[in-house]
Amino acid sequence: MDKEPIIQTIGLGKDYLTAAGPVPALQEISLSIYPGEFVAIMGPSGSGKSTFMNLLGCLDIPSAGEYYLNGTSVRTLDRNQLARLRNDAIGFVFQGFNLLPRINLLANVALPLIYAGVSKAEREERAQQMLDKVGLGKYGLSLPGRISGGQQQRVAIARALVNRPRLILADEPTGNLDTRTSQEIMNLFTQMNREQGITVILVTHEPDIAAYAMRLVRFVDGHLAYDGAVGNDTQGARP
Amino acid sequence: MIGAMLGEAWLAMGTNRLRTFLTMLGMMIGVGAVILILAIGKGAQFMVDQSIAAMGSNLFIVMSGSTTSGGLRMGLGATPTLTIADGQAISELPGIVAVAPNAPGTAQLVYGPNNWSTQVMGTTPSFLEVRDWQLSAGYPFSDSDVRSATRVALLGQTVVKNLFGDEDPVGKTIRIKNNPYHVVGVLAPKGQSLDGRDQDDTVVVPVTTAQRKLFGTQFQGTVRLIMVQASSPQAMPAAERSITELLRQRHRLQEKAESDFMVRNLTALANTAAETARVMSFMLGAIASISLLVGGIGIMNIMLVSVTERTREIGIRLAIGARQRDILLQFLLESIMISIAGCVVGVALGIGGALLMNRLADTAVLITLSSVLLAFMVATAVGVFFGFYPARKAARMEPIEALRYQ
Repeated sequence: MDKEPIIQTIGLGKDYLTAAGPVPALQEISLSIYPGEFVAIMGPSGSGKSTFMNLLGCLDIPSAGEYYLNGTSVRTLDRNQLARLRNDAIGFVFQGFNLLPRINLLANVALPLIYAGVSKAEREERAQQMLDKVGLGKYGLSLPGRISGGQQQRVAIARALVNRPRLILADEPTGNLDTRTSQEIMNLFTQMNREQGITVILVTHEPDIAAYAMRLVRFVDGHLAYDGAVGNDTQGARP
Repeated sequence: MIGAMLGEAWLAMGTNRLRTFLTMLGMMIGVGAVILILAIGKGAQFMVDQSIAAMGSNLFIVMSGSTTSGGLRMGLGATPTLTIADGQAISELPGIVAVAPNAPGTAQLVYGPNNWSTQVMGTTPSFLEVRDWQLSAGYPFSDSDVRSATRVALLGQTVVKNLFGDEDPVGKTIRIKNNPYHVVGVLAPKGQSLDGRDQDDTVVVPVTTAQRKLFGTQFQGTVRLIMVQASSPQAMPAAERSITELLRQRHRLQEKAESDFMVRNLTALANTAAETARVMSFMLGAIASISLLVGGIGIMNIMLVSVTERTREIGIRLAIGARQRDILLQFLLESIMISIAGCVVGVALGIGGALLMNRLADTAVLITLSSVLLAFMVATAVGVFFGFYPARKAARMEPIEALRYQ
């Protein structure tokens, strides 16, 4: 890979402060992810994979090490600049969908564009396009509570993509979904990765889901335990 | 962007309607009370101002004073000491615009089958100028009428109503104390004086006529009082001193002798009344605005609850790129909207209450545009002031903690 990495971490660490003192959740993580990669992050509960995702998403601040997003050290950015990155460089997909319950699907999808300062007409047009793309174009005026979990997750993906980020971070996006719906969602991720070259990083418990990725990163006890092709991971192989 | 945020604020208000309404209630009551009290205050001020305008501006009254004869002190005006000549002398002083001597008395008027007892005032044509009193019909009598003491009269509205009904009195002849008087004009309505007297219940005749032909025995060449109009409020203190000096000289009073007249500054009295009305409405307004304060605290309370309830929403917004100021603005807009919505209803309540009072009580209640605008400005300020702390609390949340909030 001759391109610059989209993500590069050097000795990244995160401690959580508890009453008993700082507890390390993540230690000495150094890895690079290049544009167009599809990476699955696995590991048991408490292994630090979600912490790692939060750091990558600029939602949390590292306690140690460096994180370069598109070559820029995130440490040097202030809150507004981080907000800007989350708005136009990164798209988030959460396990719990995290749609706003009061506003309709179209408005949910258009939300990032409000903070990007896009005009009302363009917001609506682009949000509608994204809804069409995830196959929910007809439901724009419904509220999130009126559609199924799989549909909600597709809306969340539409929201993540609407401001055309080059990086999608998905934290257990299929965790609340049944197998068939999970496949649909994973097909969407695969499609955007292949057709638009969007870098996808997703956290998952399930090897079936991880199998959609090209590269697997495994965390154990806050350390990087495996980084390589999906098939070669021996530690994670089921008994 | 503001448009989108306003829309969301509107949705947020609609989510918990009862709570929003109860929050607004504080503002409604506060604004309603302020509007109503300002209206009452303005009404009172308006009535006082009207009375002052009716009285004439920059006015002195020089009364015939108390005299002492053989240890017996007489009340003011009991022994007339002022003369028409005194009035003329005062009119030549600097800073004096007009002077009207005044010889009043009570007399029975008759026209056809009707009769009416009223105050008859002997004065000069400049009386109309001093009192700033217009004629609604006919003409005033002239200085030559005063010189030759002709029997002419100007009638006040109440007198016209009681003697003539709907008939036009100008050119008619009435009888005052059984002597015929020619009605030359009708005075425009003046309404009540500050002490509630009906100023329209009066007849004006030349001062000489009053002295010689009406109340001859009472005022032998004298008048009871002289009305003096100064050129400006600033000129009044100096004018008061020079009038006193002049009259003491003319009445040949010695250094230590008591004055046999009294100079009263009517405008100062009226201004005191106006000031009292103003201070009263200000104080009542201040009390009413305490309820605005309470309403504001209610808004702050609910906004704090709302921010906590919506922590997760704030987290989602931060995750998809909202900056601190976006969140701040969103919650501020919400509190301002609640506050202004409460204000709109409050203004309606206040206006409704004022109209009701106008109807039921016979007091003037005056709603001014400025008081409505003031209410809106205060409501917005309350929204910003009491919304700021909750909004800042929302804006300062850490994205990851807000997202994890259950």
